[in-house]
Amino acid sequence: MKEQAPLPERIITRGIQAAGYSSILFVLLILYFLISEGAPAVFEVPLKDLLTVRWYPIEAYFGILPLLLGSLIVTLGAALIAIPAGVGTAVFISEVAPGWMKEILKPLVEVLAGFPSVMLGFLGILIVSPGLRQALRLPTGLTALTGSLLLAGIAIPTIVSIAEDALNNVPRAYREASWAVGATRWQTIWGVTLPAARSGVLMAVILGVGRSIGETMAVMMVTGNAPVMPLKWNALFSPIRTMTATIASEMGEVATGSTHYHVLFLIGIILFLISLAVNITATMIVFRRPKRSERILS
Amino acid sequence: MDIILITGFSLSYADGTEGLKNITLGIPANQITVMLGPAGGGKSTLMRAINRLNDLADVISMTGSIIVDGLDVNDPKTNLVELRRKVGMVFARPVPLPLSIRQNITYGLEVAGITDKNRLEAVVEQTLKDAVLWDEVKDRLDSPGVALSGGQQQRLCLARTLALDPRVILLDEPTSGLDPISTAKIEDSLQLLKKRYTIVLAPHSVQQASRTADFAAFFLQGELIETARGKDLFTMPKDKRTQDYVEGRFG
Ligand SMILES: Nc1ncnc2c1ncn2[C@@H]1O[C@H](COP(=O)(O)OP(=O)(O)OP(=O)(O)O)[C@@H](O)[C@H]1O
Ligand SMILES: [Mg+2]
Repeated sequence: MKEQAPLPERIITRGIQAAGYSSILFVLLILYFLISEGAPAVFEVPLKDLLTVRWYPIEAYFGILPLLLGSLIVTLGAALIAIPAGVGTAVFISEVAPGWMKEILKPLVEVLAGFPSVMLGFLGILIVSPGLRQALRLPTGLTALTGSLLLAGIAIPTIVSIAEDALNNVPRAYREASWAVGATRWQTIWGVTLPAARSGVLMAVILGVGRSIGETMAVMMVTGNAPVMPLKWNALFSPIRTMTATIASEMGEVATGSTHYHVLFLIGIILFLISLAVNITATMIVFRRPKRSERILS
Repeated sequence: MDIILITGFSLSYADGTEGLKNITLGIPANQITVMLGPAGGGKSTLMRAINRLNDLADVISMTGSIIVDGLDVNDPKTNLVELRRKVGMVFARPVPLPLSIRQNITYGLEVAGITDKNRLEAVVEQTLKDAVLWDEVKDRLDSPGVALSGGQQQRLCLARTLALDPRVILLDEPTSGLDPISTAKIEDSLQLLKKRYTIVLAPHSVQQASRTADFAAFFLQGELIETARGKDLFTMPKDKRTQDYVEGRFG
């Protein structure tokens, strides 16, 4: 027979259980709400109208392609900037910087990771955007590139922090073994340390970029908010609008229950699916069954 | 002729341990020099110092000098890559790089800029034979090095070191994970290899030391107690502590 745990233990167990179940319940409720408000859009606006290039809700044009592409371009631009910068910084902190500099840089990165994005947006409007306009002689500094730069700023601290941990966990013996056969410090980093930390670094990149996909405030403040199709070669240097920014800026004025309202929720569902996919990929990388060789390694 | 000259060398770790105290020792070329002594004697510390591999360890001070083939090891101007191509090292705990068996051996050559496929292949086969591992792995050269058994990993690391064709090979307990038959094969192989290389060996037993030594040095708690040519250290030790150790009274 199972032994009875003492009363306080049972109360604590129940309490934790309740907390766990209720958080699952809330997520399910949110999901239900999202779907029940967003699903009608599919019936009210035919799919072929949704997949058009014109977003102009006042005249019932609900083409979401410019928003989707806007999000894509900004995020892609951010990833292209944030991945090399983030991984490079992590390598610098973990492999190159002397001890005292590490002591300063590591907490600094953690602080930056918690920096509110509205503040970043503010800096974007005050500094990045005018700077970019002058440097590149653009008609306006509120462009996709400005958004990408800010999102990169949001993603980089996360990438640095996680990738640095992964590099730190590579046994010192690997580096020494590589030096012992005459490899230089850079050959060792490139040929041994980074490959050994591969899955951790990949995780850092996914989490960092994932964080920037759902980001709203900073992007809304600096991308110019123009729902036009970003197709020309100069798309990165013109104003665009992302899905998150569309929801945030239009949800306040829309009539509850209208088609516009439903379509905004549909965009929310799409965003939800995208971040779900990112999270599943990340989890699969981290929790996948390690290969035999990797198990022995760790 | 001595290829390595160690003069008044001392080393301390950050936690206050005096790893080596005022060591003066010459290591003769093309012979097997055996460094023996009980645990914590400083054998591994000295080997790592000869190859300047202490940079990542918590070493706070080094005094005295180590000259390898004319190269001052602790001179900041010394090219460490050049030093480590001259002096190869096999660690007590084998560390295959997270690469395939073949790549583990070719890595050192590739970082040195050698890419000729045929030459690399030849080196892989020759060094694996010298390290008595070829027969066991010749059919799976592309599987990961870490998937080998501990003893095989040790021999892989020996092959990896031989691939660089160094002047000196430092072997820290290279047979600690091996059965008696493989151990005997490695010891035979060392007798052949010493024609080409200078070998410094921390043996895993006094028996192995006396079997292999051309020159022997006895270490105790960071001090060099006694050195002797040939088997003299084992047959007629001068110091009481050496005698106690080689006769198995402690250690
Ligand atoms: N990284 C380190 N930090 C602090 N002390 C160390 C470190 N490495 C070794 N030591 C100390 O230095 C002394 C010499 O150690 P070393 O490993 O050189 O001995 P050894 O002769 O190789 O012993 P063994 O036969 O067990 O391999 C020991 O007292 C050890 O505790
Ligand atoms: Mg040792």
